[in-house]
This record gives sequence, C-alpha cells and structure tokens, in this order.
Amino acid sequence: MLELNGISQVFGGVRALDDVSFSVEKGSITGVIGPNGAGKTTLFNIVTGIYTQTSGRVRYKGRDVSGLPPEKLAALGMVRTFQNIELFGNMTVLENVLVGLHTRSTSGLLACSMKMFWAMAEERRIRKEAMQWLEFAGIAELADVTAGNLPFGKGRMLEIARAMALNPGLILMDEPAAGLNSKETLGLAALIRQIRDMGITVMLVEHDMELVMDICDRIIVLNLGNKLAEGTPREIQENPEVVAAYLGEE
Amino acid sequence: MKRELLKFALFALWVAVIPFALEGSYLLNVMVFVGLNTMLAVALNLLLGYAGQISLGHAGFFGLGAYISGVLTSANGVNPWMAMLIAAIAVGVIACLIGFPVLKLKGHYLAMATLGLGIIIYIAFNESITLTGGPSGLSGIPNISVGACVFDSDIKSYYLIWLFALLTMLFSINLANSRVGRALRAVHDSEVAARVVGVNARMLKVQIFTLSAVISSIAGSLYAHTMTFLSPTSFGFNFSVEMLTMVVIGGLGSIYGSFLGAALLTLLPEFLRAAHDYDIIIYGALLIVMVMFMPGGLVRGLPELFRKARSISGGKNDA
Repeated sequence: MLELNGISQVFGGVRALDDVSFSVEKGSITGVIGPNGAGKTTLFNIVTGIYTQTSGRVRYKGRDVSGLPPEKLAALGMVRTFQNIELFGNMTVLENVLVGLHTRSTSGLLACSMKMFWAMAEERRIRKEAMQWLEFAGIAELADVTAGNLPFGKGRMLEIARAMALNPGLILMDEPAAGLNSKETLGLAALIRQIRDMGITVMLVEHDMELVMDICDRIIVLNLGNKLAEGTPREIQENPEVVAAYLGEE
Repeated sequence: MKRELLKFALFALWVAVIPFALEGSYLLNVMVFVGLNTMLAVALNLLLGYAGQISLGHAGFFGLGAYISGVLTSANGVNPWMAMLIAAIAVGVIACLIGFPVLKLKGHYLAMATLGLGIIIYIAFNESITLTGGPSGLSGIPNISVGACVFDSDIKSYYLIWLFALLTMLFSINLANSRVGRALRAVHDSEVAARVVGVNARMLKVQIFTLSAVISSIAGSLYAHTMTFLSPTSFGFNFSVEMLTMVVIGGLGSIYGSFLGAALLTLLPEFLRAAHDYDIIIYGALLIVMVMFMPGGLVRGLPELFRKARSISGGKNDA
C-alpha cells in the first residue's frame, strides 16, 4: 500500500530523518513510535506531501508519489489528521465534513453560484453523506455547532469524520489520542479498528503505548531520525534496543 | 436556504421602491453610486472575506473595465454591451495571469504586490495619453442603451446598475453556501487542512481573484457609461483603500455587510462636504474604530449594539 525507500530529511544542518525505509500493508494498522524528536511527525509530513524529502522515494498503491502536493495525494485517497487538530474553526461541524467531500463532488464556481439543478442535486447528495459520517464518528447531534467551539475530544472525532468523507485508502493519524481522556481513548481505539475493518489502511504516530500495543498490527520504532526496529507489538516490547532508547541506557 | 431567498427578495423589493421616496432628490444620484460600490465591495469581499486574500489593487481592475469600455465606445464606436463583455474577458485574462504568481504570496507580501499592481495600472492610465487622454481625462463615452431606451437619467441608471448589483449579490450568496464557497472559507480557516482534504488552494485563489476582478471590471464599464467621462484619479490607490474600508466596515464574509459598508462610505462624504480634503483621514479613523470596537463589521456589530442598549434600558426599568 505504502512503501518508503531511503527517506532522508535535512533541515539546515540537522538530519531529522536518515535513510528510513519500510512498507505498510493494505488493511493493516501500523504504528510509528519513538521518543520526542525521533522524526515521526516529519515522516508524516513527507508522506502526506507537506514537506518534500531531501532524498528517497515514497510509493503509494505502486505509484511513485514523491513530491506530490497534499491535494493531489488526497485525490489519490491519502488523507491525514493533525496532532493539534486542524479544523475549519469558523464553519459548522457539518460544513467541515462537506469540505471533506470536496474531491468527491465536482460542481464548479459558475454552476454553484447560478444554482444549476445538477449542482443542487449534488449538494443534497453530499449533505446526506456528510451526515452519515457524522453519525459514524458519533457527533451527528453537533452538526450545526461552529467547529471552533467544540471540546477537544469532539474536535478529534470531527477531524476523523472529515478525513473519512474522502473515502480514503490510507489514513494517517498524528497522535490521535493526544488530549483525550481514557474513555475517549477507548472509543478512539474502537473507531480505528472499525476503520481498518472497512478495508482502510491506518498509520498512526502515537505516544499512548497502551493504545499502540493494543490496536497496531505492526510497529515501526524511530529514534534520532533512524529506524531502530520494526515488528509486531510483542516483538517491539521485547526488543532490548527499543527499551534502551525509551528508558536510556545503563 | 428558503429564508436566505426571502431575505434577498425583501432586499430587492426595498431597492426597487427607493426611487419613489427619493424622487427629484440628488440622493437618487448618490444611490446609483451605492449600487456600483456594492458591486465592488461584494467582489472584494469574495476575495478578502471568504478566501482571506487581500488585494490593494482592485481599483485598478475597476479602472481597466472603465477605460477599456470608454476607449472602445468613444473612439471606436463599439456597442457598449459588447465593450463591457470585451473588457470583462480582458480583465479576467489579466487577473488570471497575474493571480498565478502573485497569489503564491501571503499576508503583507500579497498586500504589497497587489498595491504595486494597482499603482502600475494607475500610472498606465495617466501616461497612455493618446489612448486614455491621460490626466485630462476621456470624454464622449456614450450611455448604455437597450433598443430605444437610453440609460441617460439618474432613475434609469439606478435600475440598470442595481440590477447588476443585485445579480452580483445573489450570485455571491449562492456561491458562499456551496461547495466552492465552503472550500474558500476552508482555505481561509486552515490552508493546510484544506489542502490535505483535497482542496487545490492555489487554483481556487486564482479563480476567486479572477472572478472578483471581472465583477470589478463590469462595475467599471457601468461607471464609464453612467459618467460618460473618466479621469485616472477615480482609480488610484485611495479608491482601493476605500473599497477595502467598505468591506471591513460592512463585515468580512457578509454580502449584506458589503452593501452596508458601501452605503455608509458613499453617503458619508455627502454629509461631510465640509471635510472635503480630509475624507481619507476620516476613512482611516473609521477603519481603526471599527476594527477595534466592531471587528465583525456593521452587519454583526449593530445587532449586538441594539441588544446591549436594550439590556441597559431594560435594567433601568427593573430598578
């Protein structure tokens, strides 16, 4: 589904990522973990086209997508969520999800402003679908609330609903559990599994080890910009190098 | 949706009956300009209020529309409607070509680039004397006509221009509540999030910049045929600032707000004739006061003011 080959990223004199390679299998949940500054978010920014890597290639569904901008990747079915939630704060919850349906609707500027009948029909279709995604994320009753006024946990759910509206093949979540309480985290775990069961590949960066070990099929460990280890949750937990990187060496 | 349409119908009705109240008054002439400025403010609001992109050069597009129409019809005998269409297409192409490189810029840099653009256009009007008449102006522009009806009086111009202004408003209201309008607002709120969900922010900005310029150009053509005389001073930097003031005072991202802003800034000089040369200072002060005390503009600030006033007087009654 996703293949990373020799990804390096240099910021000034700092090597944020150094020759990182791995692949993500279709329909799996892959976790990327590592201490702060390991390069996890940088990696996500490269995969989703926000940064362009210094060297290395990214392949998605067998196609070289290195250097493609985020909107192109979205059209190919790759979408992400953000560590600090990026919502459209002045728009309603429903409108946020409607923007998520942008790639799956086509009415142009003139058709919209002249209310052509096909544009109106499309509007009805995407409104219905947006409501279904809100129900999926359990926030349907908040449809008309301004997104900027949502509590953090609900905002996170909205971001996921908006991403799901793209009908993605791959969803990348940057610390989805950050700022959630334990009950919300349980709900999140169930939701991520449900997304995987729909055939969507999930990749996530996360600090909540319990969550990662619980839901991930595979785990990639980064440390200081290098790939330290890769394996099943059990293998990772038993890997002495990983334990050393997290706890510091004796 | 239904309520939106009813609101618009009431507004259109109000616009239609105003001339009966103002018959014979010079205020009818002022209302013609309120219509033109409403068009311009709505056009700029699409760019500034919805997409969040500033332009300090929009008087240039207004001027281009006016001068292309003026030159084609006065010296070359082109039909005014045809000239308006040619001007709109030409300005659209120019805006699109300029928009691609310029809209890469953000914030202050975009403001500077569009400011420069406006100044270049203004200088071109002044210096191409053989074409535009330069500082002494361009005269002999015919009125617009439909069949035997020539739009040469205030009342006729009023209906012609307000027809265009109302269409611009309706067009923009529809746009704002549609797929494209939502994408614009999304880019305004968080460009990175909009791109990640597949909105081509750059293309969208160029599109709305072009649309905004084309509407300004049409307003310019209407202005040329109403005034029948053009001089570069109407299209300078001051007017770009005035347009911006209308949008901000009326309320960013509100179509009716743009009307309020346009109305206030068009009517105000009539009441401030004594302060003639200081008008730009007054606009500046007004802008500062508005941004400080009514950041949402008149359209959001006034209802709040009424509510506060009522709660204060209500409190007194209780005591």
